[in-house]
Amino acid sequence: MSLTADDVKKIARLAALDIRPEQVADYEKNLSSILNLVEQMDAVDTTGVEPMAHPLHMVQPLRDDAVTEEDQRDHFQEHAPATEDGYYLVPKVIE
Amino acid sequence: MHQYSIAEMSQGLERGDFTSVELTQHFLDRIDEHNAEINAFVTVTAELALEQARNADAVRAAGQAGPLTGVPFAHKDIFCTDGVRTSCASKMLDPFVAPYDAAVVERMREAGMVMLGKLNMDEFAMGSSNETSYYGPVKNPWDTERVPGGSSGGSAAAVAARLVPAATGTDTGGSIRQPAAFCNLTGLKPTYGRVSRYGMIAFASSLDQAGPFGRSAEDCAYLLSAMAGHDERDSTCANEPVPDYIGALDQPLKGIKVGLPKEFFGEEMPASIRESVDAAIEVYRAQGAEIVEVSLPNAHLSVPVYYVVAPAECSSNLSRMDGVRFGHRCEDPKDLQDLYTRSRAEGFGDEVKRRIMVGAYALSAGYYDAYYLKAQQLRQLISDDFKKAFEQVDFLLSPTAPETAFKFGEKGDDPVSMYLSDIYTIAVNLAGVPALSMPGQTVDGLPVGIQLIGNYFDEARLLAAAHQFQLATDYHKASPEAFA
Repeated sequence: MSLTADDVKKIARLAALDIRPEQVADYEKNLSSILNLVEQMDAVDTTGVEPMAHPLHMVQPLRDDAVTEEDQRDHFQEHAPATEDGYYLVPKVIE
Repeated sequence: MHQYSIAEMSQGLERGDFTSVELTQHFLDRIDEHNAEINAFVTVTAELALEQARNADAVRAAGQAGPLTGVPFAHKDIFCTDGVRTSCASKMLDPFVAPYDAAVVERMREAGMVMLGKLNMDEFAMGSSNETSYYGPVKNPWDTERVPGGSSGGSAAAVAARLVPAATGTDTGGSIRQPAAFCNLTGLKPTYGRVSRYGMIAFASSLDQAGPFGRSAEDCAYLLSAMAGHDERDSTCANEPVPDYIGALDQPLKGIKVGLPKEFFGEEMPASIRESVDAAIEVYRAQGAEIVEVSLPNAHLSVPVYYVVAPAECSSNLSRMDGVRFGHRCEDPKDLQDLYTRSRAEGFGDEVKRRIMVGAYALSAGYYDAYYLKAQQLRQLISDDFKKAFEQVDFLLSPTAPETAFKFGEKGDDPVSMYLSDIYTIAVNLAGVPALSMPGQTVDGLPVGIQLIGNYFDEARLLAAAHQFQLATDYHKASPEAFA
């Protein structure tokens, strides 16, 4: 499996990563190498095998529908990059 | 004082040979003196440690001490610590001071342990050599030109150099066991769900598990007793009783069946490692254990399966690092998209970016069935192999790693050559069973790890088997001369 430069750019967009043009070739090579490793999986026929999502086949625990968390907004926002009046600040989204 | 086991420290504190403040100061002095040589600590919390030590001494004076009260240790910097920087060794979280404590942090504190600081690691626990840390690589105290293993390399190096008596780590694909092997320590990855993941920064949620590093199985038994147990804040944390790990150490080996997975004993295993493993097998045979060959026919697919499952989960988990609510934010973002993509590109290192991208690709439209679903099916087969093996034997024995500690840069630029360091450890995480690494016979003066793999929730059996091995051998007592 070999990825193209366009594949790498598309994956970077999906992953929300800003990749510089000069880095694309490196990613092409390294990601292709990882995908080649991964393709060894194709050697085994897994038709009808139930996919395993979790190591212990546990039932999700339930709890009473009651408030358990206190408001800690100010505490959590102490280390935020930018806040104002209890809101997180980001660049303007709508022109 | 720094060569004492946890039990010896505990007894010394109880007899009044020394106080926790004296013990803590001794280790803080050692960190001052030696940390620069190995780069094991990211943050040293000296004042906090001395305060906790004074409290521990007061608790003891009041007659309320437990076995771990006043014993120093340190956390891998992946566990959130309220008011203390929690970096995951990433530029992304370099400015992050956690607003709450992880469950493991709470439990160690409740047990009265004294935290000396936070330990270096591969960035977001992604690596097998500690070379991916934003704070620079950790060096192996046995040979500072070599890696300590990863991702919990700081934990292993700090304990091996006796800068701290014990440490916590996390293991997603071998990140406790492989560094324990490279640094001549005992390290345990418990059953998935044995220890709460609450407040442990997630890499691959269905594989991550916290565990202890110590100088012996006995040390690990003490630490696991404090760490293990149900926590309703982690819905995957098992509601199973915690056995008496220390009391169980005396279980004899006579009549026990030890399985050797034949797929792990192929040509890939170097002769020198094989010699060390054979010597360990002889120790078990001499103690009356029966040695049986078993088969894990799908284990050879563990590395490929892991490099779908782990990146897929990491790409999802690390999407929370977006420069908005915490962590690194780029300068002057021109719009929201630029803020996300540039903060992430600046904040993450190369290996983390590669794994996020592999995960994003494996989960993307049109590829999900071929990669993620296929990997989950194979994971089921790998897990079934272990179930069948444990119908025949009590535990499995193999090497921990296919090599001794390698030199910095030795694995080159191809990420896949590094991934193959974990061929013996990864299947364990996919199945979710517990496993430990303990010191075996050295090769050219470098430590070799022997891995014991157990059935679900059979940590007590594994720790006992390692303890009996350590009563019969001296490998685990060796420590690097430069840090004696």
